[in-house]
Amino acid sequence: MKQFNPEGHTNHQFDVELNDVKHKVMTMGGLVESMVSDGLEALLTMNTELGTKVCEDDKTVNKLELEIDRECTRILARRQPAASDLRMVLAIIKTISDLERIGDEAEKLGRISLQMAEETDMPHYYKDLRHLGDHVKTMLREALDAFTRMDVEAAFSTAAKDEAIDTEYANLSRLLISHMMEHPALLSHALNMSWCARSLERIADHACNICEYVIYLVEGRDIRHADLDEMRKQILPAKHG
Amino acid sequence: MTSNNSDASTNTDTSSASSVTSSLGPLDLEKGQGTKEQSIEEIVASLGDTVGKTRVDNPKMSATGVDVFYADKQAIFGVDLDIANNEVISMIGPSGCGKSTLLRCLNRMNDTIPICKVTGELTLDGEDIYGRDTDPVLLRARVGMVFQKPNPFPKSIYENVAYGPRLHGLSRNKSELDDIVITSLRKAGIFEEVKDRLDAPGTGLSGGQQQRLCIARTIACSPEVILMDEPCSALDPIATAKIEELINELSENYAIAIVTHSMQQAARVSQRTAYFHLGKLVEVGHTADIFTNPRHELTEKYITGRFG
Repeated sequence: MKQFNPEGHTNHQFDVELNDVKHKVMTMGGLVESMVSDGLEALLTMNTELGTKVCEDDKTVNKLELEIDRECTRILARRQPAASDLRMVLAIIKTISDLERIGDEAEKLGRISLQMAEETDMPHYYKDLRHLGDHVKTMLREALDAFTRMDVEAAFSTAAKDEAIDTEYANLSRLLISHMMEHPALLSHALNMSWCARSLERIADHACNICEYVIYLVEGRDIRHADLDEMRKQILPAKHG
Repeated sequence: MTSNNSDASTNTDTSSASSVTSSLGPLDLEKGQGTKEQSIEEIVASLGDTVGKTRVDNPKMSATGVDVFYADKQAIFGVDLDIANNEVISMIGPSGCGKSTLLRCLNRMNDTIPICKVTGELTLDGEDIYGRDTDPVLLRARVGMVFQKPNPFPKSIYENVAYGPRLHGLSRNKSELDDIVITSLRKAGIFEEVKDRLDAPGTGLSGGQQQRLCIARTIACSPEVILMDEPCSALDPIATAKIEELINELSENYAIAIVTHSMQQAARVSQRTAYFHLGKLVEVGHTADIFTNPRHELTEKYITGRFG
């Protein structure tokens, strides 16, 4: 099994730099994860305090993105990494841009929660939104775990979950449309809910991207825009063999 | 193959059959160091077969099962490798890995070392270069070499370049010789800098100019293959860039093999890269693949700077 280890360079300082940037990505991942969780909670419980916090956190995430980008640029310029080190830096550059987008989506949840805080009624599809949100949260957590552990198997099984989430999103959209037709007065509310569901679905897509970067990093194979099952068959049995 | 080598390979029969990543040397190496001292043959055998395609469609030179010994010490173990036409192949690896030794075998430079013994097959256009009929002097005209340190003759710039063609009788008269000298200097990208002082001593040029003069001297014999043994290690970055640009241009007409300690240089100038370790060819492949996704763990360790 291919293993990625950022350590072991003859030049120890390089280890330190790579580890440092990796830890920053993990910090950013953790922050983004809690933003998604908070944004969803703010929305479902009409918690304006949490909603405001999510909007504030987004600024920190943006700062982290810039900082990590700068560090990656510095590593590329000074160390000219090759092979797994190069893939690590490239994967990080891509990962943080997805994390930043997840942050944006979570911020949207927070913003909409602030807008809707005055409304008191809780239509029944909140239950479905929570359900979708929980699945997305799990997927994001697993994607970040796969990144932290550089675990290809976990990355594959997490990426595979995207399809189920897409289906769930489609179902929820249908529910919202029928709701809009039944209660035209609550149209704007239902539309907001639809935006939120869309944000959650996008978060899952970004989590899926992160899984693909993990596989690229460890295996050196780019599986984007390829058949997931096919790639899994190609990559995983070889490792058990 | 030597008897040593094949003996050792039976010891590790179990591991050599499995996939690339699981038959790795370093694990065996570490185990070996912890428990008992391994002989070099055992370590080499544990490295497994060469990873990647050693053969090409248009080989200019081919090595097959080449072993090289310096007295009792084996320096190269069963190397198979093609050097393709119109292509640059770089050979990289830690010191003492045999890359320079192999390069020197390609134009029989090792003939001058009495204790050196070469077995296996080395061919140029399919002809055995160690065959009885092969004249090493003629071979070296077809397979030229550029060395680590620029080593112009203590003669004029003109004479440095004219020496080879004159020796091999490549020109019938002075004007033909002039043509060869000027074309060679031009191809080596140094003509403009020296055209007004062709009578000045070659040793009076700067390091980078001297190296390009040596390349001109090599080209003047109209070789088919150019071997370069760390041609830029004594040069500054600008001179290095000029030589690399030159290598790129020359690869249109020649087969080029370059030994370099600078991995970045290997990445920049070559189309194929061969990685050597302890006298064994560990991995060979397209340079882009070797530098983004090497298949052998030792290659990975070397090019990411994880040795020692």
